[in-house]
Amino acid sequence: MRAVDVVGDAIDNTLRSKARTALTVVAIVIGSFTLTLTSGVGTGINAYINKTVASIGARDVMTVTKTVPAAQDSEAPIAYDPNAPTSSGDSMGGEEAKPITAAELKDLARVPGVLSVEPTLTVRADYVQQAAGTKYQAEVGGFVAGMSLDLAAGQQLGWNASQNQVTIPVTYVQPLGYASNAAAIGTTVTIGITAANGNATTVTATVVGVSVAGFSGGGSLTPNAALSRALYDAQSVGLKEAARTSYPSAAIRFDPAATAAEVTALKARLAAIGYDGATVSDQLGIYRTAIDAVVLILNGFAAIALLAAGFGIVNTLLMSVQERTREIGLMKAMGMPGGSVFGVFSTEAVFIGLLGSAIGAGLAIVAGSLTSGLLAGSLLTDLPGLQIIAFDPVAIGIIVGTVMAIAFLAGTIPAVRAARQDPIDALRYE
Amino acid sequence: MPVPILAACDVHKSYGRGATRFDALRGVSLEIAQGESVAIIGKSGSGKSTLMHLLALLDKPTEGAVELSGHDAAGLSSAVLNRTRNSTFGFVFQQFFLNPGSSVLDNVTLPLRIAGVPRAERNRRGMAALAQLELESKAKNRATDLSGGQKQRVVIARALVNDPSVIFADEPTGNLDTATGAVVEDILLELNRTRGITLIVVTHDEDLANRCDRRVYIRDGLIVDDLTSSAIAAANAEVAA
Ligand SMILES: Nc1ncnc2c1ncn2[C@@H]1O[C@H](COP(=O)(O)OP(=O)(O)OP(=O)(O)O)[C@@H](O)[C@H]1O
Ligand SMILES: [Mg+2]
Repeated sequence: MRAVDVVGDAIDNTLRSKARTALTVVAIVIGSFTLTLTSGVGTGINAYINKTVASIGARDVMTVTKTVPAAQDSEAPIAYDPNAPTSSGDSMGGEEAKPITAAELKDLARVPGVLSVEPTLTVRADYVQQAAGTKYQAEVGGFVAGMSLDLAAGQQLGWNASQNQVTIPVTYVQPLGYASNAAAIGTTVTIGITAANGNATTVTATVVGVSVAGFSGGGSLTPNAALSRALYDAQSVGLKEAARTSYPSAAIRFDPAATAAEVTALKARLAAIGYDGATVSDQLGIYRTAIDAVVLILNGFAAIALLAAGFGIVNTLLMSVQERTREIGLMKAMGMPGGSVFGVFSTEAVFIGLLGSAIGAGLAIVAGSLTSGLLAGSLLTDLPGLQIIAFDPVAIGIIVGTVMAIAFLAGTIPAVRAARQDPIDALRYE
Repeated sequence: MPVPILAACDVHKSYGRGATRFDALRGVSLEIAQGESVAIIGKSGSGKSTLMHLLALLDKPTEGAVELSGHDAAGLSSAVLNRTRNSTFGFVFQQFFLNPGSSVLDNVTLPLRIAGVPRAERNRRGMAALAQLELESKAKNRATDLSGGQKQRVVIARALVNDPSVIFADEPTGNLDTATGAVVEDILLELNRTRGITLIVVTHDEDLANRCDRRVYIRDGLIVDDLTSSAIAAANAEVAA
């Protein structure tokens, strides 16, 4: 029998008892709909994270903090040690990371594999103001050399430029009195800051870009190195030298060509002297792991639905074999090999699988795109560029393929039964 | 004497085993030459269908051998057996075994489809077979919409479509009234006479049997008589004399 006829027969047979086929297909549709949708969520969010990681850049940067002693088992009382420093009183909820001092920065610089060390300068600005306009509260974001921001206009910060440069979030453009994003570029803004001694001062900076919010920040004012330093110095007036030169964290650079194993080794060397190192990808990886876990659980439910659908296929085809005993017997009497009979029935199963999974995936794509569009316009406006449900043709191909494989496996039971059927039994008059 | 197209050599066929064992055939030997028309006659349960199934290579004997053109069928691969049943044999049964959902043409071309003939050629040959049975106008009808006589003609068209050299017919007129039955008999014997197709007919019906070249009487799994028309003619002549 020709393959085209096997397929044609299988399709004809499937469409012959429409109600039964429809019910079996519905079960598969439910399973593949769920599977497509959940994997779409995984694809959407992970694609966003990956895009963010890629756009942030700074692959050769690691944020280093002092290792916080492992949290104590909350139930167990801690043995008193007269030599141990008591934690500074009533800090609730665990200890904070200890600051890194200027001397310790030098220690870090000596760790093999570390190319350079820069302290993270934490700045608390009071406001930002354009010309003599209204003052708006503003946060100054942390920024690591080599990062790139998602920009709506202008260009990336000149990290090593001597000029004070800043990017402003797109949400500040209108309030600060600019006609458009482009109009902000090249203008000067004033950043107000209160020094440690209580005096209010200001620093001016040139706007070089308008940023879009994302994982990389961009929802706050982002300064270049010169501006960071200027703001930090303004803020630190009145602080003791020791306080001024200790930092919550530091950014170290390593060889951009370092392999994953080398990065791990570097982390181990940092850990040995009491520091935790995390790359940008590590930091966002936490989200990815969480999302993967949720998607996995949801996929588990979909898999159960598909398993049930598999039994539906077995049942449907067994009934079909039963009904067509005579027809199968006749075809075998006329010289149809058992293999072709098997082929017709398993193709029928695969066709039912294809029908169910294609409809399910199609519905999921429609439903997912609508939902995603709605959410992007409402709940997720703060994260532009996040398409919560995205569809990867490869992933959908894998789902459809898997469902067809399950259907094939389910179909083998009835197909073998049909193939083994004795034509004489079928031809005997009842 | 040429090699018989089909031969049974001391064939036994038993069903079941132990206490429920039943010997349906108990040593049957028979040679059928190309172009003969043979009627297998006997009471119900005598083993006619069992013998026909063995000759048609649908079943294997418990003992003895069935030979196809002088070759023991037990030595043939299942692929060869399938091909033989598909293109050398044609089948007509008491019940029509038409696919109710398919068109008359699709029913007729079923053996060609099994053989892997492309659609266009299938349809051409199917139409030619239907034309021989004057059923072209029904080609597009559903098989269930035909009368009993028309259905049996469709079945004959299906048996003919792959140009068989042997047609097996198990009670081909059993389901038909006398007049329609006679038409079907005419068609089968005509095919035997004009195209040299070997005809093996299982029947209760003496009238049909009498129109065949040869009659094999079977009782309780044994051949009790094997008469050719010439022998009958001679016997009749003797009686007359
Ligand atoms: N699969 C089977 N299992 C057990 N016994 C069987 C089987 N097939 C046939 N028989 C028995 O073998 C005997 C011969 O059966 P067969 O069908 O050849 O008879 P027949 O001569 O064709 O009868 P009829 O004219 O009624 O069709 C019968 O007694 C029948 O009961
Ligand atoms: Mg019979």
